[in-house]
Amino acid sequence: MLVLAIASMSFVLLIGIGLYWRASPLFETHSLWSLFSGSEWSPASGKFGFYPFIMGTLWVTFIAVVVALPLCLLTAIYLTEYAKSSVRKVILPLVNILAGIPPVIYGVWGIFFVVPIVREYVGPAFTEYSSGYTVLTGGVVLAVMIFPILVSIVSEVLRTIPKELKDASLSLGATKWETIKKVVLKRALPGVFAATVLAISRAFGETVAVLMVCGNVPLAPGSVFDGGYPLPALIANNFGEMMSIPLYDAALMFAALLLFVIIFLFNWGSRIILNRIEHKYSS
Amino acid sequence: MTQHPLISVKNLNVHIDGHHILKDININIPDKSVTSIIGPSGCGKTTLLKTFNRLLDDTANVSVTGSVLVDDEDIYAPHAEVTHIRQKMGLLSQRPYPLPMSIFDNVAYGPRIHGIRKKSELEAIVEKQLKDTGLWEEVKDRLHSPAAKLSIGQQQRLCLARGLAVEPEIILGDESTSALDPVSTHKIEDLFVRLKEKYTIVLVTHILRQARRISDYIIFVYMGEIIEFGPTDEVLLNPKEELTRQYVKGFIS
Repeated sequence: MLVLAIASMSFVLLIGIGLYWRASPLFETHSLWSLFSGSEWSPASGKFGFYPFIMGTLWVTFIAVVVALPLCLLTAIYLTEYAKSSVRKVILPLVNILAGIPPVIYGVWGIFFVVPIVREYVGPAFTEYSSGYTVLTGGVVLAVMIFPILVSIVSEVLRTIPKELKDASLSLGATKWETIKKVVLKRALPGVFAATVLAISRAFGETVAVLMVCGNVPLAPGSVFDGGYPLPALIANNFGEMMSIPLYDAALMFAALLLFVIIFLFNWGSRIILNRIEHKYSS
Repeated sequence: MTQHPLISVKNLNVHIDGHHILKDININIPDKSVTSIIGPSGCGKTTLLKTFNRLLDDTANVSVTGSVLVDDEDIYAPHAEVTHIRQKMGLLSQRPYPLPMSIFDNVAYGPRIHGIRKKSELEAIVEKQLKDTGLWEEVKDRLHSPAAKLSIGQQQRLCLARGLAVEPEIILGDESTSALDPVSTHKIEDLFVRLKEKYTIVLVTHILRQARRISDYIIFVYMGEIIEFGPTDEVLLNPKEELTRQYVKGFIS
């Protein structure tokens, strides 16, 4: 089993090295800094600026979490603290089914449902014109996709909080809502944080559904009503044609490497924060 | 009873999941004294205690009939306000459950809920309650470190201080010393005896020696019914009922 563990770890390392190796031709002609900060993307003339794609990824993921997290928290609180067990037994499995729907179906749903709403109603309310294919649309579709995993993990976390702890708060004359706000959520914080990290990791990598709805414009989004072009979408969209243009394949490998590093750093950072929270309120 | 009863239970019946847990309970619990509820496990002691501050409300499939009067106010009346009732009673559970916050915030939790915002006022309350429970000297230098870092015995005294901070009239203890070591147990027992000057204390315990050491009155519950109620010495040394006699001698457990 130690061998297996080492194997899986070295697998991660191998992917990283492999990506770096395939991307390395790019580094001969471009400095790392110009790759990160450049915003012009025209492979035919040898210009590879990744800034728009990094921003596209961050925007879509950020919007997804901002939309999904509050809704998931409220849903999980309702299911664990207020709903009758009969209601809970029906809803939780339904939420889990949501997790099993293939991403392409979310993409189609996004095109036929979310895109028109953003184009016709939300967009015009805030800005002059919006095609509907925006980072907001991508974020909303992604939010729906990470909803199940967030709800089920957070519900599980809330359910592990001892009844006696809630009783202690209630017996001091706190209302149920005060108890949830000040005691239950506080105690659940590390768990909620971990669930969010998992959801974000998934959101970073989500490809098909997002590329179908977020416009795929290689420009850094200036507002939520602009289109965006996240890294996974870039790779998936262009993988077929990369052979004809010099350095294109290296650039796509670099995109993959970037995604890899972002997720790696993100998980690493969140582990540190999680440790700190747990340390502070361990009991 | 010479004292005026603070808690007065009339025709109380409790069903949980269709089981008749408490059967026709009638009892007057005297003011400013320690009353222990004893009886074998599963006889309904804890349920009886929980009916006093309506903590059964959140359990599924519970029906409660009859009335519990606290200060001549029926806490099961339709218009009774639960948070107000609970504020009158401090609960000390089997194991300490400090809230996930600092020592200071634990004690200040109740007062804050009830609208006290001024820092100086909160500080005064915290200091007073921690002194009353003998914890002040031990924790005064680390009031803002997490309560979970205290020892179990200290945590239990902290929970008591937290309960006292909302100025209750009654302290309910549900086998409050069963998770503690002998020294901590002794400290908690001492506290109960000292606190009965100001509070009415109702304890659930399965330790007869503890009941004898600290209580003034004893209620013996068996299979959901009150078998005997009276002053400690009378019930333990000279029981009127055969069942009580057998329990005290250790034949039923």
